[in-house]
Amino acid sequence: MTARVLRRAEEKGAMEIVVLVKQVPDTTEVRLDPRTGNLIREGVESIMNPDDRHALEAAARLKESSGGRVTVLSMGPSQAIDVITEAVGICADRGVLLCDKAFAGADTWSTSTTLGKAVSKLGDIDLVLCGRQAIDGDTAQIGPQVAEYLGIAHISCVTGIEAVKRRSITVSRRTEDGFERVKSALPVLLTVMKEINEPRYPAIASLLAACAEKAPIEVWNAADLGVQVGDVGLEGSLTQVIRTFAPKSKRQTEMIEGDTSSVVEGLLSRLREKKLI
Amino acid sequence: MTVWIETELCNGCERCVKACPYGAIEMQEGRAKILDRCTSCGTCISVCKQGAIHTDAVPRQIPDFSDRKGIWVVAEQRGGELMRVSLELLGKAGELAEQLDEDVCAVVLGWKTSGLIEELMRYGAAKVYRADHRLLEHYRSDAYTKVVCELIENYRPNIVLIGATMLGRDLAPRISRRVRAGLTADCTDLRIDEEENILLQTRPAFGGNVMATIANRFSRPQMATVRPGVMKPGAPKKVSGDVIRWKGALREQDIRTKILEQVREKRKSTGLDEAKVIVAGGRGVGSEKGWARIFELAEALGGEVAGTRIVVENGWLAAERQVGQTGQSVRPELYIACGLSGAIQHRAGMADSRYIVAINKDARAPIFQVADWGIVADLHDVVPALINGLNAGV
Repeated sequence: MTARVLRRAEEKGAMEIVVLVKQVPDTTEVRLDPRTGNLIREGVESIMNPDDRHALEAAARLKESSGGRVTVLSMGPSQAIDVITEAVGICADRGVLLCDKAFAGADTWSTSTTLGKAVSKLGDIDLVLCGRQAIDGDTAQIGPQVAEYLGIAHISCVTGIEAVKRRSITVSRRTEDGFERVKSALPVLLTVMKEINEPRYPAIASLLAACAEKAPIEVWNAADLGVQVGDVGLEGSLTQVIRTFAPKSKRQTEMIEGDTSSVVEGLLSRLREKKLI
Repeated sequence: MTVWIETELCNGCERCVKACPYGAIEMQEGRAKILDRCTSCGTCISVCKQGAIHTDAVPRQIPDFSDRKGIWVVAEQRGGELMRVSLELLGKAGELAEQLDEDVCAVVLGWKTSGLIEELMRYGAAKVYRADHRLLEHYRSDAYTKVVCELIENYRPNIVLIGATMLGRDLAPRISRRVRAGLTADCTDLRIDEEENILLQTRPAFGGNVMATIANRFSRPQMATVRPGVMKPGAPKKVSGDVIRWKGALREQDIRTKILEQVREKRKSTGLDEAKVIVAGGRGVGSEKGWARIFELAEALGGEVAGTRIVVENGWLAAERQVGQTGQSVRPELYIACGLSGAIQHRAGMADSRYIVAINKDARAPIFQVADWGIVADLHDVVPALINGLNAGV
């Protein structure tokens, strides 16, 4: 673990904010090919992970209200540059895509290693923001794991940012049976939920500017991060996917046919037979 | 590091295509071809009967973990009351423990929680690790992480299970990173692989369209969060066992966050998790009148009403009545699905119901695949007739 010494509050100027975003397939459209059992990826649109969009919006609002600099960070294949570009078009001053074949096939352990390393390399950070979870993996593990890697506190399920001071932040977060207001020293990592805000989309002009050659977007590979190949990606992962399959039902379905009164009678008699009514 | 196929040896059986977790093998002219998105994971190599798939990767050494013993359940309590998921996990841990011939242990953190020990033992814990401290009264990530990590480092468990509640999913990743252990989120099935004696963790991915089975070969403990409502508590047994106290130190300055205020929202209990009968509606219910009939049917059956995400998003039902991937998991005796297609996300939350009835106009709706009894008809005809039939029968 790299317990980093982060910038002390008294030395600092503008707030440094990092937003972690992920490009994900629009999962409502992902299916398994019933014949081969493979994921059908062709023709599935890629989008910025919805929760991450809210994290970016939170960063944009903090920058507008209190000043500061926003860096957006994503790990993914080369096409993930699209979400970085979009984020730069929305509010980010700088975008970094972590892209290397060595990062592929990562579980949350090695993903958090890669992201954590990259955040460290960015320098002194006050606030890391990310979505609560990504819609493809649904793990909600990356936020807390990156925070632990960085040796900073985290607050998950944040639904509102109340106040940001030089050394502390006050937020509200959802709990199982309500909500709580929590104060934390900076730096801290927040994972946000959709309730936190209504995200904006980039204006065409700023999106075009973000696409320009001189846009502040960089791509870092494993060597740039100074990570060993065995520490990241599939090889650095502690868990492995052994098998994927389509969810199957073992039930034999009996169709009850006929006009309304006979299907209802048919159903009721079966329910009675099983002592369900 | 690469994986490649010796094309002349390939007989086109497609086993590798099916086995690839990344969809990175495709058939081209009757032979398998590895695509760019291959991560060199090597899953395909062992399934190839022709010995046609090769790799230059050196197999990773699996460390010796024979000193790791015990299946732990990190119990969750709120206000001194155990959450049901903790008992469910103890039930599952009991099954796993039998196969591995190891002990089931519960870990309970809080303040003045001695009353919980008996319940944990009754539901299967042979040992209870207990940390009782004023600063543990309300959950905070830093405090709970510190204590559980100290216990893990001292007592070296083999498996650690945590409920996939909001608390569990905040705590588990923090612990896993600190103790350098792999973690699988929100599992819906756990079993022991008989050859390797490792925990196989199955969970939905891609919004539930795909199930993935995951192993944790390279680190200990094997950690998983487990979805509430999926496992079953075991039968209560005689209370016996040891209590081991955590003796570490915890100070306010160890905890970087402060709770300023806690608000309990009096969410009306829906009772979905306890309900014997659930009547669920989807987009097809359509109108206020339609929903009135759904509630009427539920009442006639002495059950509860639930719905899909879309009806919750459209404001027909309160969010706590949503069943599915992002809502609740339920397993009633009888689940009557009305006018809902049965998207995989919804099925993920109800497929374990004992009996399922599907009523839908569209005979191709996937809900029929998981139903015991299917009726292809307009629910607006069938539901009122059902209510009449039930009321007449009383």
